Amino acid sequence: MHYYEANDLDRFSEIGKHRPDLFAKFNEWYEAVQAEGALSRREKALIGLAVAHALQCPYCIDAYARASLEAGSNMDQMTEAIHMASAIRGGASLIHGIQAHNAVDKVSM
Amino acid sequence: MIGSPALDFDAELRSRGIGPLESESVATLQVNVGKLCNQACKHCHVDAGPTRTEMMTRDTAEAVIRAVRRFGIGTVDITGGAPELNASFEYLVVESRAAGAHVIVRHNLTVQFVPGKERLPELFREHRVEVVASLPYFLAQQTDAQRGTGVFERSIEAMRRLNDAGYGREGTGLVLNLVYNPVGAYLPPDQAGIERDFKRELATRYGLSFNRLYTITNMPINRFRDYLVRSGNMERYMQRLVSSFNPAAVPGLMCRTLISVGWDGRLYDCDFNQMVELPINGGLPATIFYLDLARLERRRIATAAHCFGCTAGAGSSCGGATTR
Repeated sequence: MHYYEANDLDRFSEIGKHRPDLFAKFNEWYEAVQAEGALSRREKALIGLAVAHALQCPYCIDAYARASLEAGSNMDQMTEAIHMASAIRGGASLIHGIQAHNAVDKVSM
Repeated sequence: MIGSPALDFDAELRSRGIGPLESESVATLQVNVGKLCNQACKHCHVDAGPTRTEMMTRDTAEAVIRAVRRFGIGTVDITGGAPELNASFEYLVVESRAAGAHVIVRHNLTVQFVPGKERLPELFREHRVEVVASLPYFLAQQTDAQRGTGVFERSIEAMRRLNDAGYGREGTGLVLNLVYNPVGAYLPPDQAGIERDFKRELATRYGLSFNRLYTITNMPINRFRDYLVRSGNMERYMQRLVSSFNPAAVPGLMCRTLISVGWDGRLYDCDFNQMVELPINGGLPATIFYLDLARLERRRIATAAHCFGCTAGAGSSCGGATTR
C-alpha cells in the first residue's frame, strides 16, 4: 500500500460517490476545457504536462504524458514543456531573492 | 483477458443499438502473400520476419487472379510480410492491372535494399501501383525503436528513390501514402495534424514528399500483444481501446468492403482476423479457389476483442482513420 497507486487514476469517477452534482459540474467544465478551441488539443496536452510537473502530480503526469503522445507530440517537445514548467518554478523562487534583499536592506545600515 | 465479457465486441455494438456487423460489398481483395519479411517490427500483427516460411504459391496466386478477373474486383491490396519477397509478386501486380484493378502495395521501404529488389520503384511506376509505405515517425529514434536499428536511414533513402521515380510528386499521379503507427501502447494522434507535421518535417529535413498519411492503431495481437504483456501494458491498453469506442467509426470499418486472402488461399474478414485464424462466414469452407462472391458480399463479420482497435478514437483501417 502506497499513498499513490497507479490504478487510482482509473478510479477518478469514484469521487462522484458523494456530491455527484459537484463532480458532474467538474467533469463538464474539465471536458470543455480540453476541447479543441483557440488552442489545439496538442498545445493543451503540453500545457497539461507542464502544469502536472509544476504541481508534481503523478496522476496528471501519467495522464498528460500519454495525452501528449496521442496528440502527436514527441519527447523533445514534451521535454521542452517540462523545462518550461521547471524554469518558471526556478525563476519564481529566485525572484523572491529580491524580497530577501529588501528585508536585509531594511535592517542594514 | 481477450474474450472476457467486458471485451465482447458484438455485445458492445448491441448495447449501443448497432449491428450485428455486416459487409456491404467486396470492393477490395486484400492479398496477404506470406509472412516472410526483411524486418521484424515490434508492433507487427503478422509476426512477420526473415525466418518465416509461409508463402503464397503460384497456384494460389493464379486463383487470386482468376477471382479478380471473374468478379471484376476493383482494388487488389497486396500485403505481407514484405510482399515483394514473394516469387509471384510481380505476377500478381501485372495480372491484376491487366484485369483492370487498382493495385495497392503495402511496402516497408527497406525491401528496396534486398539484393535483386533495387528496381521496385520503376516496377511500381510502370504499373501505376499505389504505394502505401510504413514510416512511423519523421525522426530516427522512434522509427528505429519500432522497426529496427538503421531502418529510418534506409527508409529515407528508399523514399527518396520513390520520389525520384515520381512517387508523391505533384502532377505525376503516382501515389505514395505513408502509414503512421504509434511507437508504443497508445492511440494515434489526429490524422490531419500529424500529416501536416510529417509533410513539413520530411520536406525541410530531407526534401521528401508524399500524398497522404494514414494513422493506424496497433492491434493487440501477435508481436504487439507480446510487447503489451511483457511491458505490463496489456490491461490498460485494452481498457483504452474499449473506453475510446467510437460508434461513428463503425460504418467505415474496412471489413465491410473487403475480403482478405491468406497465403494458403483461405479467406477472412480482414488481415487481423487472418492472423488470429478467426474464420470467415462462421467457419464455412471458404477459399480463393471456390470464391462465392455473392454469398460473401452480404455476410456477418466475425469479431473478437481486437476489433476494438479499429473503432477506438478516430477509427482505424488500412486506409487510416475512418472518421473525420
